[in-house]
Amino acid sequence: MREVDLAVVGAGPAGLTAAIEGAKRGCRTVVLDMNPRPGGQLIKQIHRFFGSREHRAGTRGIEIADSLFHEAASAGVEVMVEAEVYAIHDSTLEVVAQTNEDSLVLLSEEATTSRSRPLSIAARRIILATGGAENALNFAGWTLPGVMGAGAAQTMINLWRVLPGKKILMVGAGNVGLIISYQLIQAGGEMVAVIEATSRIGGYGVHAAKISRAGVPILTSHTIISASGESRVERAVIAKVDASWRIVSGSEQELEVDTICIAVGLHPNARLASLAECELCYSPSLGGWVPIHNSRMETTISGIYIAGDLSGVEEASTALEEGRLAGICAAASLGKERAGDYDDIKAIEGRLLGLRSGPFCQHRQDAKQELIGIGEAQCPKQ
Amino acid sequence: MEDDTIVCRCEEVTVEEIRKAIREGAVDVTGVKRRTRAGMGLCQGRTCEKIVTQVLARELQKPLSAFKQATVQAPVQPITFNLLAKASHD
Repeated sequence: MREVDLAVVGAGPAGLTAAIEGAKRGCRTVVLDMNPRPGGQLIKQIHRFFGSREHRAGTRGIEIADSLFHEAASAGVEVMVEAEVYAIHDSTLEVVAQTNEDSLVLLSEEATTSRSRPLSIAARRIILATGGAENALNFAGWTLPGVMGAGAAQTMINLWRVLPGKKILMVGAGNVGLIISYQLIQAGGEMVAVIEATSRIGGYGVHAAKISRAGVPILTSHTIISASGESRVERAVIAKVDASWRIVSGSEQELEVDTICIAVGLHPNARLASLAECELCYSPSLGGWVPIHNSRMETTISGIYIAGDLSGVEEASTALEEGRLAGICAAASLGKERAGDYDDIKAIEGRLLGLRSGPFCQHRQDAKQELIGIGEAQCPKQ
Repeated sequence: MEDDTIVCRCEEVTVEEIRKAIREGAVDVTGVKRRTRAGMGLCQGRTCEKIVTQVLARELQKPLSAFKQATVQAPVQPITFNLLAKASHD
């Protein structure tokens, strides 16, 4: 049994910033991530972020991941990759980790030469930053090879450098669908169309403009009816939908495609939180069932905190801020406060409010306020 | 959705089998799971749970929020018995 002050599950933007703030305040901190490389979804983000300078506008996601990992390492955080947390009970995490005898801190090149073994980690505080998972879409033929999550396609092209197909249909015109469509073009794929069931493009205009300029049609009020093919996807049938989501008969058209990417949103990956018996609540704006948390990011289970997409599906920028907030608050609850913590928290809250304002994001601010309101009533008092 | 469209890939459970489970009394995700094995395969419902919920909501004419997620049990990641056995000796 290993003992630490703070164990963080997930080395994405939320998990890494949480660990950095905890370690800076003197917590013995470990971060566990199932992937071979820290950074979460950031390591697939090859485009420059935009927004404000505080949120690293102009920087590519993958560079943010690297700088966060180095910041964590120099703050004394132990980052364990290829470490799968398969259970949680009584403030203990059960992990299968790729470890050798001497060291628990392993990066990918070493991990391949070591063996998996089980490991228990007892933590005084736990921060869950397990992220989101892609929503599936059910239609005839959706289990054929060639139908995949847009995030999976992005992993294939940007991490493994494998093009999933040559002629691609994207289902969903939110930011994920638009950005990944553009990256598929950059990787050498042909985007046959981007379809969107609602009557408007959900993602930012700048992303939609890029793929429109590349000649890709974005068809709103369109849905997918079926995929078919001998042993994999060879064609898709799409059709118009009316205002009450009914298929407009006669509007069906067949597209010759070999790949169908699904980008219809994400939901919080709340499995470990549920296993820890954290109470969840249903919030459509935040992606579905989300663990209840208070303004300190603590759940209904004392000592368990959450941050990032797990606490409501948003963006990398909000995950970076929520992680810091959770890290500061978890450390403070162990008596490891730092002068200036109060001001830091107020500054983070201000920046989160900024990120959740505007026509695209106000509904998330409202949903978050509601969630935190429930959390203030239900979560343990400090 | 066509009757023979698969909902749970791991256990190959179709829409019609889920509708049948609902007709036979399933009122939540866990009830569907017990009757059909939907969500009991390798991915443990990671992919199909939302779709099962959508079928439940449609058939029982209730909002999605009326259906809680299925009870989560350890292990939440696929793990070999060999490793589990080693863990219990620690």
